[in-house]
Amino acid sequence: MIIKGKVWKYGDNVNTDVIYPGKYTYIRCSPEEMAGHALEVIDPDFSGSVAEGDVIAAGKNFGCGSSREQAAQCLKYAGISAVIGKSFARIFFRNAINNGLLVIESEEASENLSTGDEISIDTEEGTIKSGKMVFNFAPLPDFFSEIIECGGIIPYTRKRLKVNGI
Amino acid sequence: MTFAEKILSVKSGVDRVQAGEIVEVEPDFIMSHDNTASIIKTFEEIGVKEVFNRDRVTVFLDHCVPAANEEHAKNHDDIRKFVREQKIENFFDISYGVCHQVFCEMGFAKPGELILGADSHTTTYGAFGCFSAGIGRSELAVILASGKMWLKVPSSVKIIVEGSFQKGVSAKDLILRIIGDIGSDGALYKSVEIHGDGLQNISMESRMVLTNMSAEAGAKNAYIPPDKTAVDWLVTKGVKDFNPIYPDDDAEYEKVLKYNLNKLVPLVACPDSVDNVKEVSEVEGTKIDQIVIGTCTNGRLEDLETAADILKDKKTAKDVRLLIFPASKEVYLESLKKGIIEILAEAGGIIMNPGCGPCLGAHQGILADGEVCLSTSNRNFKGRMGGSKSKIFLSSPAIAAASALTGKINYFL
Ligand code: SF4
Repeated sequence: MIIKGKVWKYGDNVNTDVIYPGKYTYIRCSPEEMAGHALEVIDPDFSGSVAEGDVIAAGKNFGCGSSREQAAQCLKYAGISAVIGKSFARIFFRNAINNGLLVIESEEASENLSTGDEISIDTEEGTIKSGKMVFNFAPLPDFFSEIIECGGIIPYTRKRLKVNGI
Repeated sequence: MTFAEKILSVKSGVDRVQAGEIVEVEPDFIMSHDNTASIIKTFEEIGVKEVFNRDRVTVFLDHCVPAANEEHAKNHDDIRKFVREQKIENFFDISYGVCHQVFCEMGFAKPGELILGADSHTTTYGAFGCFSAGIGRSELAVILASGKMWLKVPSSVKIIVEGSFQKGVSAKDLILRIIGDIGSDGALYKSVEIHGDGLQNISMESRMVLTNMSAEAGAKNAYIPPDKTAVDWLVTKGVKDFNPIYPDDDAEYEKVLKYNLNKLVPLVACPDSVDNVKEVSEVEGTKIDQIVIGTCTNGRLEDLETAADILKDKKTAKDVRLLIFPASKEVYLESLKKGIIEILAEAGGIIMNPGCGPCLGAHQGILADGEVCLSTSNRNFKGRMGGSKSKIFLSSPAIAAASALTGKINYFL
């Protein structure tokens, strides 16, 4: 899979309350509405200007805080194809994989990329390229790739239960 | 093997697992709350008709109870219909209180059990020697349908506690000290094991504060080896059959930290991050508009008792609102019988119904922009309790109660 887009750069410890504020978590929102609230606390311009395929480059511990799955979903609905970070909060990492949102741990890329950079990610090769810069990352375990290829854990489970004849 | 390696090898049926491996497990219990409404939709999308095992499913209504508006009411209604249709008996409607507290009171948190919950503070149950971790909503739906989930075996951090708390210092100060030291990602993906002689001096209720807030250091789960204190507590809840799991003596830990309880002082977590920890003396005198005593972190009997000791025969400052949320109906009733509720109400506290209240900013005490709140809860992120320009300080119930007397952050005297 090749992903092309521009970078949105954020810092360390971007928590789920600023990715998707708690006040919306118990209100049912359409994917478009969810996309509209994405990152609104720290970057009100994000949802209006993000384009399909764009990538977030964050610092360490991205997605810390509440387990709310909407944090991963709203980014995906907003068009984000991958999040690059130094590290990820555990539940966010799970939610992203389970919703088919690619997460890549790369300290180097996270440090060197800036907002607006045009980048391309090759998931099979395990490379992130931007201008002259090339960063390598360990490809995800097969288990995760399979879930992402299915489009998330729901389609994956459906496929699996069908296989098992349930 | 560490506790995490040991229990995940037992539960996955693999002889020996190591940190970093991915295993598939069948949880003993799963837990969800108001978010069950959205989980149901995903469960239906998967297309399975019946939940995998109705006796292992627990559902609580606590986050926005009673329903604050039509939207929440509809969610609650959908959940009630679902548990009726699926014949789920472990359903705790709006009168019971905060999921994590009620889950333990009901005796579901048994030593050696594996529990997955659609809430980040599911780590709480580790106080009883469970492996309990928070997962996402889709994952919970997947378990409802298939009974199974993947887990990455975490590496472990060992915390050794010695000594006993000084007067006015409690488990909240210990966990704030730890998070302040290691940072909000200090235990990221990790299993936190808390050991040491100091545990003898820490009640079950206080242990739950430690495991609950380990999540704020990024922990996957937290664990305290079940001892006599834990067993005695379980027996009072009618829980008898359980198989505790203990780590091996030669288990490998990524980090070992030691804390002497005697040396701890009262602390606060300052806005907007839980690891922004300062001594009370550094922020003394900060003007407060609202104080919240409650939540799954510090809304238990001993917490309300501490607050009542400080507020007895005194009055809260005129310009501060003191909201009290007993963590559960059981806590409410016991506090009522002990006269605690009366003391708190007479002092000027507003006694709310058991539940999460304003902790997540959904209702019952939302902050306006510019307001400052001192809360005994576990999170102080920007905008969590309301306006994005409001501020939240976190403290123990003792500091919260003492601050209610002056309307400013204050020591317990
Ligand atoms: S009291 Fe707060 S932290 Fe605890 S479960 Fe409720 S919303 Fe979450």
